[in-house]
Amino acid sequence: MTDFLLGHYAYWFTILVLAVGLYGILVKRNLVKKTIGLSIFQAGIILFFVAISTKWNASVPIKVKGSHVSEAANFMNPLPQTLMLTAIVVGVATIGVALTLLIAIYKRYETLDEEELLEKFQ
Amino acid sequence: MIVSDLPVLIPLTFLVSALVVTLFGFWKERWGYPLAVLGTLLAVCLSLYGFFQVMDGSMMRYEVGGWAPPVGIEFVYDTLSAFIVLVINSVALIALIHSRVVGKTEFPGKRGGYYAVAMLLMFGFNGMVITGDLFNLYVFLEISSLSSYALIAIGDKKAPFAAFRYLLIGTVGGSLYLLGIGFLYVVTGTLNIIDMSAMLPQVIDNSAVIGGLILMVLGIGIKAALFPLHGWLPDSYTHASSTSSALIAPIGTKVAAYVVLRIMLYLFGDQLVDIGLPVTSIVGALAALGILYGSIMAMAQSELKKMLAYSSVSQIGYVIMGISLSNPFGFIGAVLHILNHALMKGTLFLVAGNLREREGHTNILKFDESYRKKYPWTMAAFTTAALSMVGIPPMAGFFSKWYLALGTIQNSNWLLLAVILISSLLNAVYFFRVLEKVYMRSSASESTSDTERQEVVPSMLWTTTIAAAALIIVGLFNASIVAVIQHMIPAGL
Repeated sequence: MTDFLLGHYAYWFTILVLAVGLYGILVKRNLVKKTIGLSIFQAGIILFFVAISTKWNASVPIKVKGSHVSEAANFMNPLPQTLMLTAIVVGVATIGVALTLLIAIYKRYETLDEEELLEKFQ
Repeated sequence: MIVSDLPVLIPLTFLVSALVVTLFGFWKERWGYPLAVLGTLLAVCLSLYGFFQVMDGSMMRYEVGGWAPPVGIEFVYDTLSAFIVLVINSVALIALIHSRVVGKTEFPGKRGGYYAVAMLLMFGFNGMVITGDLFNLYVFLEISSLSSYALIAIGDKKAPFAAFRYLLIGTVGGSLYLLGIGFLYVVTGTLNIIDMSAMLPQVIDNSAVIGGLILMVLGIGIKAALFPLHGWLPDSYTHASSTSSALIAPIGTKVAAYVVLRIMLYLFGDQLVDIGLPVTSIVGALAALGILYGSIMAMAQSELKKMLAYSSVSQIGYVIMGISLSNPFGFIGAVLHILNHALMKGTLFLVAGNLREREGHTNILKFDESYRKKYPWTMAAFTTAALSMVGIPPMAGFFSKWYLALGTIQNSNWLLLAVILISSLLNAVYFFRVLEKVYMRSSASESTSDTERQEVVPSMLWTTTIAAAALIIVGLFNASIVAVIQHMIPAGL
């Protein structure tokens, strides 16, 4: 049991980060805090992908001249990391669009509090 | 032009148009509209040509950058993706042509940027349909989602808030899908859909595979507005500008439903998808609940666009239900309903756009007989689409429901059959409620200005009537369309 818990510590951490992010999105009233929660949620997924590509006693995936296919086990898996580069870019774009929308909302209603906004809609 | 390059040319047309529109649109705002229409027209021609190349069930595989799959990304252009691409591009063309006057009144000064974002939206949707790589699909999903947040934010006063809510929910959906890819990647070590579907039978007992499937269906389910994940949809469609809702409502959720179809019936296949957890039954039950919930909520709305939005929640339920039946009839019904619903919702939102442009509102309670006299063609289009939604032959809507009903009978699933029949009645209630006001309720004022024809400008009128006429044509020629759809049925179904 202890081995199971300790052996998967990276995944428990991922779940924790995802939960914190989801808490921010669902519970916080301020829209900026919701956006921060969204960012944390995406960071959790990025950490998950980085964690699955990690190996003990492995080196950075740089091909040296003369290296052979059989040595592949000595290197980390570069694919999840490259995927996450793309995901980070997507995340930045999402936060950018979110903040732009918040500026539009603030200019119109002068508040970013969800409850106050809903009251103003009535 | 080389035929084998077609799969990549269709999405690229939109990407290039987006750049061209950006370049010229910011320089001279009025150039945005013709360039966007031109780009979309080119894409429609390409997808029409491509559709005839692969309509016999053949498949084109394009290796992007010359990197062979499964290492490289590939685009898979088979009969199903060619069909969906043709449908979404044609509906987009109609919606964009319609937008000439709407653009001047609803987002003046922003048209250059608007059409550039609309092109990016279509680039994302086309990419989602054609790509054969799961992670590439995520990237296209986010391209289309980010564009749709921007398009929805352009609208009435509440639009930015509705768009922000959609962004929160939609990004969580996209992230869950990405997490699902991660689960599947850990087990199979590949991201290529065809490659992965060959490997899945050996690892299907692994709980990570089932977890990945659930996360992916959940994430895409949010995008497809599958009940109970539809919360973002009604507000977004209601407050967006007429063009945005006419562009996103018929296409957006359909493409997501198509991805669900790819995952459930192509990537996993009907044999594997139910191992470990009865995924199809759960999804089917949710779809059935969504059909009823959407129809009942639609009856309660007094705002036409909101009624149509709830109706979308209910209609996407049909498509997902057809997929979840996982038999040939259900498959035909689902694919046919993607086409039919894209046309029906397109027509209805175009009618809403026409009314907003002329009357400045789409409040059903204010409709009366004068609307029929003022806008005879617009109302004729509305009636056609409404009858098709209810499912009256020979309108297109009847046939997809017919195949779905046959599918439920083949599975002996009488509960779902009852849901289809009941929801048709509910459809009749909420559409005839509008038709009754337009055709029967005598108008309040009897002045002549209320009975003169005030039909909208030709660019709006023609697109609306052509979309409505397409409903009848698709209905009459449904046999030949179904013959093509039969080539798409995945092996073993």
